[in-house]
Amino acid sequence: MSSPARSVHPLAWWLWGGALAAAAMQTSAPNPFLLLLIAAVACFVVATCRGNAPWSRSLGFFLKLGTAVVAIRIAVEILFGQRGVPGHVLFTLPRAPLPPWAAAVSIGGAVTLESVVTAAVLGLQIAVILVCFGAANSLVSPYRLLRCLPPVLYEAGVAVTVALSFTPELIETIGTVRQARRLRGVPSRGLRGMRGIAVPVLEGALDRSLQLASSMDARGYGRRSEAGNMIRVLATVSVAAGLLLAAVGVYGVVVAGSLFGLGLPVLAVAVALCASGLALGGRRAQRSRYRPDRWGGAEWAIVTSGLAAVAAMALAHALEVPGMVVSFVPLGVPPVPVLPVVGILLAGTPAFVAPARRAARAVSQPSVEAVPV
Amino acid sequence: MIRFEGVSFTYSGAARPTLADLTLEVPEGELCVVVGETGTGKSTLLRAVNGLVPSFSGGALAGTVTVDGRSTRDHRPRDLADVVGYVGQNPLSSFVTERVEDELAYTMENLGIDPSAMRRRVEDTVDLLGLHELRDRPLRSLSGGQQQRVAIGAVLTASPRVLVLDEPTSALDPAAAEEVLNALTRLVQDLGLTVVMAEHRLERVLPFADRMVLIPGDGAPVVVGRPAEIMRTATVAPPLVELGRHVGWDPLPLTVRDARRKALNLRTRIAPLCPGRRREPEQPRREVAQARKVGVHYGSVVALGRVDLAIRRGEVTVLMGRNGSGKSTLLATLSGGRTPDRGSVTVGGLDPRSLRPAALIRQVGLVPQDPALLLYGESVSDECHSADRASALETGATRNVLDRILPGVPADRHPRDLSEGQRLALALAVVLAPAPPLVLLDEPTRGLDYPSKDRLIAVLLELARDGHAVVLATHDVELAARVAHRAVVLADGEVIADGPAHDVVCHSPVFAPQVAKVLAPDEWLTLDEVRLALETVPA
Repeated sequence: MSSPARSVHPLAWWLWGGALAAAAMQTSAPNPFLLLLIAAVACFVVATCRGNAPWSRSLGFFLKLGTAVVAIRIAVEILFGQRGVPGHVLFTLPRAPLPPWAAAVSIGGAVTLESVVTAAVLGLQIAVILVCFGAANSLVSPYRLLRCLPPVLYEAGVAVTVALSFTPELIETIGTVRQARRLRGVPSRGLRGMRGIAVPVLEGALDRSLQLASSMDARGYGRRSEAGNMIRVLATVSVAAGLLLAAVGVYGVVVAGSLFGLGLPVLAVAVALCASGLALGGRRAQRSRYRPDRWGGAEWAIVTSGLAAVAAMALAHALEVPGMVVSFVPLGVPPVPVLPVVGILLAGTPAFVAPARRAARAVSQPSVEAVPV
Repeated sequence: MIRFEGVSFTYSGAARPTLADLTLEVPEGELCVVVGETGTGKSTLLRAVNGLVPSFSGGALAGTVTVDGRSTRDHRPRDLADVVGYVGQNPLSSFVTERVEDELAYTMENLGIDPSAMRRRVEDTVDLLGLHELRDRPLRSLSGGQQQRVAIGAVLTASPRVLVLDEPTSALDPAAAEEVLNALTRLVQDLGLTVVMAEHRLERVLPFADRMVLIPGDGAPVVVGRPAEIMRTATVAPPLVELGRHVGWDPLPLTVRDARRKALNLRTRIAPLCPGRRREPEQPRREVAQARKVGVHYGSVVALGRVDLAIRRGEVTVLMGRNGSGKSTLLATLSGGRTPDRGSVTVGGLDPRSLRPAALIRQVGLVPQDPALLLYGESVSDECHSADRASALETGATRNVLDRILPGVPADRHPRDLSEGQRLALALAVVLAPAPPLVLLDEPTRGLDYPSKDRLIAVLLELARDGHAVVLATHDVELAARVAHRAVVLADGEVIADGPAHDVVCHSPVFAPQVAKVLAPDEWLTLDEVRLALETVPA
């Protein structure tokens, strides 16, 4: 019964990743050691728990993206950063004269080590948040995550699934068409090559979408009772309105003094709308779900471990443990607080709790015959 | 179970109806095979069963189609999903999910079947079609035969009463085709399923068919009947039937076993004239291409491991082997489409990878599995002109080649609107125009009917006579038997047999053509050989 792919519930991994990201977001002046520890824990869990599927390798992409973010953040700081941060001057860029209305922006000037380090740490914060989501992404098949969508959002989910399967196909088609062009003695690169490739690729893409549409229809996609149409519209509208209001409400709650203090009530209304929409939609849905992902002990453990990291960070913050809010003016090595370190290390427990899937997972082999000519 | 009453169907913009006044009934529990030349409307008929025609094709349908008492007029394809399971020509393009098990459950989820029942049916289907090893695999990683079985399984789980299949074995090697057909026969025999399928390679399906629907295509009415009756006069007939007709056996044998029982007399009569190894080349021929210790791998999968092969002029070489044995990869390496990871390939003494496209097409031409890939012009004449330009030939050269292969292809037609045979001829003309000494073809007979195949065989043999080297990768053993001088069998990326076609093919249980099976142990390969022998021997 322990089919390997029936592993951990996809939402558990996303909640865990989200919790780690939240832990990294705690202050606007974060401790770089804690940030690095969070990233290390995320990478460790991915390395032990991921499978062999294509998306399992996406963490590498997120790590590269994170590095780029840090680099960009430093470059921006050097070019346009805040001047007048006291400290060690590294070098001085020539100041560009700007008109008076652009006084808030400055270009060039003295660049201090302190400002660069601060920028690097802020960049690192964004990078670590990205890595946390990247970790969740490599642990969970995007398809399985879509299967968790409530029935109302099913149509949107199918659209995303189709798009996901479409991309590898498109890349394959481009390769095939390129080879075919070469066989006709026509250059396949450069601007002229591009034009010749675009037409057959797009034709193929359209063909494929039509085939897919007919295949989905022939297999019963979109069957529903005619009477349910009204309810369906109602459910969709209320969910959409609920999501919109939720955005407004969150803004009201976060930005103090806006919306005349109505943030919380608006949020409450939004939640109610979403819930009723989902309930309505769930009732009319004729679909059933094959082997739905179950929520068990492992899932609880994973989510709890993620929450432990957030809780430890929040607690340390509230207790004003030294090393939680770090300033690099004047420059110095920040202390490493014990409580958050313990919390973050706890978030690494899924590596031991989540059943080891790696060996069991079916090896995905590329089909040899399906290789473009 | 399925009833067509006075059904006519015309595609929008077409001058003549594709189906004209078709009346037909398929009773429950029958395996019904739809036969006819290409372009006569077999696929249209199949897609009309569950209403995909006209829902997804456009055009005008007259008359009524009813399945299990439900008319396609009032029921959309999705409303018939619980009665009709439809499996299209290319399974990969019809998959909706990405994993085998999810694909198996997809239809049932749409039908809202109870989760525990769903689970049970998936397990049953997995056992029935032998999918256990595959259930967690990504769909894209499966071989052609596996994909076809999953596609059948994916519609079976919804326990439909009718299964409609469009050329279910056309992409499969002989063994995988057998596997799929056996599974289908089991469904008909054990579960009383009604199966309707179209197939070009009748030699594969004939033994299993209960009933045949012949679409003559020239506007003549559709003929429905027992296979033995239909095969008596049909223009599309497998070699076994042609042999039976030629010798005058009655009733016509449809299986090799039946034919062997009747062939005792024939065998002794023509035995002295057995051609044996007649088609062996008389003198050593000049080599045009060589592969030396070629190895290619995709990730951890070895596609080719140390392949040594010399291709000679004036010879038709047939590459055979099961799906995924490395045939396409070998052709891709020979045509410069893929750099070997080990070893070397030379064509005309040059490395094909180092040649610019314009120089490459003078050395080697490849017709890919889907000939439409080579064609991207707006019309046939447009294609011919751009081929002339690409190889700096005088205007009209490609058109001349095309007319020699297949006269009368309309110049103003869009390549997409040509029939399969015409499209293949056009692609072949485009490839042959610069007269490359090496011509490669990858599965050229997919979707070709018997008359188009005859023409292709004539063209290939003529090319060989003119001194071209022709290499052909195919699953079609009948084609191989008729055209090959030499046969090369690949298995898991290695050459396991290489020699005169007679020696390689005759005694193989998988690759032997029907005539060879009927007349074994004498080494007859084709009907033409038998015909010739019968003319010389007195009755």
